[in-house]
Amino acid sequence: MTNPNGRFGIHGGQYIPETLMNAVQELEQAYNHYKNDPEFNKELEELFNEYAGRPSRLYFAEKMTEDLGGAKIYLKREDLNHTGAHKINNVLGQALLAKKMGKTRLIAETGAGQHGVATATAAALMGMECVVFMGEEDTKRQALNVYRMRLLGAEVIPVKTGTATLKDAVSEAMREWTSRIDDTHYCLGSVMGPHPFPTIVRDFQAVISKEIKEQILAKEGRLPDAVIACVGGGSNAIGAFYNFIEDKDVQLIGCEAAGRGIDTYETAATVNTGRVGIFHGMKSYFCQDEYGQIAPVYSISAGLDYPGVGPEHAYLYDIGRAQYVPVTDDEAVNAFEYLAKTEGIIPAIESAHAVAYAMKLAPTMDKDKIIVINISGRGDKDCAAIARYRGEDIHE
Amino acid sequence: MSNIRKAFENGKAFIPFITCGDPDLETTAKVVREAVKNGADLIELGIPFSDPTAEGPVIQGANIRALAGGVTTDKVFELVKDLRKDVTIPMVFMTYANVVFSYGAEKFIGTCQKIGIDGLILPDLPFEEKEEFQPICDKYGVDLISLIAPTSEKRISMIAKEAQGFIYLVSSLGVTGTRSEIKTDLESIVKVIRENTDVPCAIGFGISNPEQAAKMAAVSDGAIVGSAIIKILEKYGKESPKYVGEFVKSMKDAIR
Repeated sequence: MTNPNGRFGIHGGQYIPETLMNAVQELEQAYNHYKNDPEFNKELEELFNEYAGRPSRLYFAEKMTEDLGGAKIYLKREDLNHTGAHKINNVLGQALLAKKMGKTRLIAETGAGQHGVATATAAALMGMECVVFMGEEDTKRQALNVYRMRLLGAEVIPVKTGTATLKDAVSEAMREWTSRIDDTHYCLGSVMGPHPFPTIVRDFQAVISKEIKEQILAKEGRLPDAVIACVGGGSNAIGAFYNFIEDKDVQLIGCEAAGRGIDTYETAATVNTGRVGIFHGMKSYFCQDEYGQIAPVYSISAGLDYPGVGPEHAYLYDIGRAQYVPVTDDEAVNAFEYLAKTEGIIPAIESAHAVAYAMKLAPTMDKDKIIVINISGRGDKDCAAIARYRGEDIHE
Repeated sequence: MSNIRKAFENGKAFIPFITCGDPDLETTAKVVREAVKNGADLIELGIPFSDPTAEGPVIQGANIRALAGGVTTDKVFELVKDLRKDVTIPMVFMTYANVVFSYGAEKFIGTCQKIGIDGLILPDLPFEEKEEFQPICDKYGVDLISLIAPTSEKRISMIAKEAQGFIYLVSSLGVTGTRSEIKTDLESIVKVIRENTDVPCAIGFGISNPEQAAKMAAVSDGAIVGSAIIKILEKYGKESPKYVGEFVKSMKDAIR
């Protein structure tokens, strides 16, 4: 899907300061070498299985299926991974790669804190220094994850610029990387940024769809009719989609955070409301004003609160291979509560966006159809914020 | 022949950077005229961007203030039209790729030519991506300025060979902002540049006082100063023009 300079159709590329060009080229060379190295892959598989707890379960949500009265619903349980989200897949891959490259320090951005926690975890495991940039607003929304990162030995730097959310954390991590390149790897958390990150992150997350395929074939003897995942930058979604892209009968559905609605300014639904632009190292869709100023987006979910989307998603949208639907805060919170009560599973508020769309879609499909929802993370971190949303103040 | 060349005909060039619209466009116009009067050789005009990823806190602040004041690309074009009534030295825009792309590259660069902008500096457009705008810049005779960094190493000759206008040599790692010391071996980088092109080369990032400017200009063709000027604007606001003028004079005198 990638051509040599990292393009997905018109999207992707390497729109970064000259200072970083050698670093990303060095990363690309190292990745091209190690991705086919049996030793590297063996080490990574061992980390996935023994440390992160892979493969994650593909669980038949029987009560939810019965309740909605349509398609059979399976949940891909990425929430059961070590550290509680899919983010660990990418981080273990990148940390191992960085270590092979002789780097001793990892820096990362984080929104909800899941990627920061995963990076801090990998850094602790591999004996590397770790610095995480997190929007100040998000450090408040996700105080528990800030504590987890510190507990794991990472330094957390609250970012006060701009909207003090994920986009500003990315900008600050990029700024830090330009000032310290020799010993530092920027462990980018999503399928975004300059080439080769969208490809590297996708490849490490593709284990999700590889497993879904094997598991659904074992359970049902056939492929699903739809795979649904939430999309911020889009790493869990591309992971869940990737091995189905060539299976044209499998519908791929990304759920964007619509915030208070795509007809309001308080939204983060990039594909639905944005247009093509160049930002954070890539050409893709971005929420922006008529002069190209990046919009201050909003979602209840800190992990989806980002004004752009990964270039491969932009491409899958352009060619009509995947569709991207908006899901509001309200719908996501309802789904969060619904899954907890129906299946005894508390999903991350990010993942709840995918659950919410599945709740609309499943009843419209026949009972012999199959939907897979990627539960990208677990919802413990969100309980206080959801309680607040419902007007209840609980202390963490 | 690029008009930018003229900036380097008067000894070493002093190049001030000013974010348009900080604190407002009237002040920007006065600051530019003061800078010209006091010896500036080329003016680098920043079009504010919401998320300037190559800037340190000082210039980030200027971008935020300017945008909060309602500055847009169209208003900056109007400012330049006004300046061109009497300002004859070369002027270039410094902004981010999305500001040009989203306006429509053809329309943006075509307007540059019409209003008398001689070049374009886009810190998030490296050599590998310059095809995005280079053909349009060539069509309208606007120079797309190349940046070379301390980490460029083997890339220097490749970039220098295709450079136009002038080369912006980034003095240090990291983002814009004043630095107490610049440690990069700039002489060796300039040597490689000289072997590959006769396009002039000016050094920027971290230069804040006449001593540093003199040192930088001694090894190159000029010095670019941004954050130190923005700090004056931050401090004096609408009263800044005369202070910027004095500063420009001290810098130009030091590098002459």
